[in-house]
Amino acid sequence: MSDSAASRGGSTPAVAIRDLRFAYVAGRDVIDISALEFAAGETVFLHGPSGSGKTTLLGLIAGVLAPRTGHLTLLGTDLSTLSSGARDRFRAAHLGYVFQMFNLSPYLSVRENITLPCRLAASRRSRVTDPEAAAQALAERLEIAGLLDSRVTALSVGQQQRVAVARALIGAPELIVCDEPTSALDADRRDRFLELLFANVAEAGSTLLFVSHDLSLAGRFDRTLALRELNRAATMGGI
Amino acid sequence: MLLLSLAWRSLRNRAVISGLTLLSIALSVALLVGIEHIRRGVRESFAGTIKGTDLIVGARGGTTQVLLSTVFGMSSPTGSISWATYERWRAHPAVRWTIPYALGDAHKGQRVIGTTAEFFTRYRFRDRSVTFTEGGPPATDREVAIGAEVAERLGYTLGSEVVLAHGVAAVSFAEHTAHPFKVRGIIDRTFTPIDRALYVTLDGLTAMHEVEEGAGGLMMGPPTPQTEGPAPITAFLVGTKNRFETLQLQREMNEDRAEPLTAIIPGVALAQLWQTIGSAEVGLRVVATLTLIVGLIGMCVALFASLESRRREMAILRAVGAGPRTIVSLLVLESGVLATLGALTGVAMVYGGIVLARSAVEARFGVALTLHPLGSTEWIYLGVIVVAGTLVGLLPAWRAYRNSLADGLSPSL
Repeated sequence: MSDSAASRGGSTPAVAIRDLRFAYVAGRDVIDISALEFAAGETVFLHGPSGSGKTTLLGLIAGVLAPRTGHLTLLGTDLSTLSSGARDRFRAAHLGYVFQMFNLSPYLSVRENITLPCRLAASRRSRVTDPEAAAQALAERLEIAGLLDSRVTALSVGQQQRVAVARALIGAPELIVCDEPTSALDADRRDRFLELLFANVAEAGSTLLFVSHDLSLAGRFDRTLALRELNRAATMGGI
Repeated sequence: MLLLSLAWRSLRNRAVISGLTLLSIALSVALLVGIEHIRRGVRESFAGTIKGTDLIVGARGGTTQVLLSTVFGMSSPTGSISWATYERWRAHPAVRWTIPYALGDAHKGQRVIGTTAEFFTRYRFRDRSVTFTEGGPPATDREVAIGAEVAERLGYTLGSEVVLAHGVAAVSFAEHTAHPFKVRGIIDRTFTPIDRALYVTLDGLTAMHEVEEGAGGLMMGPPTPQTEGPAPITAFLVGTKNRFETLQLQREMNEDRAEPLTAIIPGVALAQLWQTIGSAEVGLRVVATLTLIVGLIGMCVALFASLESRRREMAILRAVGAGPRTIVSLLVLESGVLATLGALTGVAMVYGGIVLARSAVEARFGVALTLHPLGSTEWIYLGVIVVAGTLVGLLPAWRAYRNSLADGLSPSL
């Protein structure tokens, strides 16, 4: 896929997928996507019920899984050309990931959890002048500044998810992937969480890929995609 | 450095299991290193039982028997040596001093040794000579000096009356009641067989037996009083003028045609004896090594058991950019940290234990435990333990690696 095909102002797309196939067991594809593209700075709502191959697609985008055939290009870099170690480094530098729940390392403080990507990868650290200050600033914007030195086990689920967002955002990576981050939150907390998430993603200028089965959230995003329609393997009854 | 800190924090997070694992490794290390220390202490005490003596001479017999009967108060003498033979060797130009030993009598199961004043001036153990808590060496044929343990066990003090018996059994029917001895001196504790012996003069021994004979008492075995000259002895210790002449003198004595003798070099005989009884230490070492293996397996099990619950933790690390290799390193580091800390704790336990128990052990067993730095054997042990501990971590690490590849960012929990 040529860069000029990118939908926004000709800049490099955050994610570009072409003829992507993946199977855990040979001959049984769980992902089969002919073309998918997220522009830089776009907020995308990916509607994916279980069995649609959502988890696998996120694994591929994160570079944890390697495609069987086809191309998955992140920020202009074709991940299939990278070794698994290089994909790990690429992820560390350019991607922030928020899980559904249990996002935090139980033996690190909140502050240490937020700065963990910077401490683990030089490439991420080089994007931040002062990880401590960055963590502080993010924590203030996400309204968790008072919790920075707490034990993560003392946090509510909503607070934990905000810490996870702060960790994903530190160093302003180009792509933020959220895997059902609000499923454990009640409606009020969910709305507040989304407000903060959007504000901070916009501040960082990142692309947001937000996966959920809760279609009521879709209206807040630039674009909504149904994975079941994109993934030709999904109807075959994948995982 | 980050990984080490993560490994440490992670271990601390599972403090109870980590602590118990560390303790089990520490205990097995302590056992291994402790045995090494005790072995050395025992060996030094053993080798120090007799010092400064160049030759021990007994009637022709086994090397070990001569050593055991003379120095350790065990087994029976190989036979008797006539006074004339003793005199002849004492006059040998290479000989500087001699200490005669006449064994064969006992007092309530404790050995009685007939000797001369030379014993109290010449005999050396661990580079110390025989000293007295109270009193002094026997001067007349009715005086006895007793070892510290004899005094303690039998409750004797200076002036106590002691009746000696023939033979070494605790209960003897042939008591030399007609010739009692008085305690003249109590010897300082030596932690050698001296503590368990009674010392009388050769004259005392002879006088006792003569009285017996005159009274028509029984006589059994050596030493048999002779009609002329002093009674025979059972052994004698020799100090040579020149150490280089020792071997020559030993050969001459062993080839003595007039009276067959066995002359042994104490150091050599002790080393031989140690080799025989030292095989027990191999057994101890085997047990300690097995304990260590159990400890390492325990650590492996603890790490394996933790893996299931840590899949989420691994996924988090993966999400922030850690590769499977980082996961492997983390687990290997954890086992390495546990093994290293376990080894250090074990060594600390040994040294702490020695400091606390040193005086008690010396008083009780006569084994001087010293705080010497780790020897090469111990360093090899520790190196092997740390390396083996780290390598053991590879097993759960391999499993974690497989898990992290299979799980990616979505551990199936």
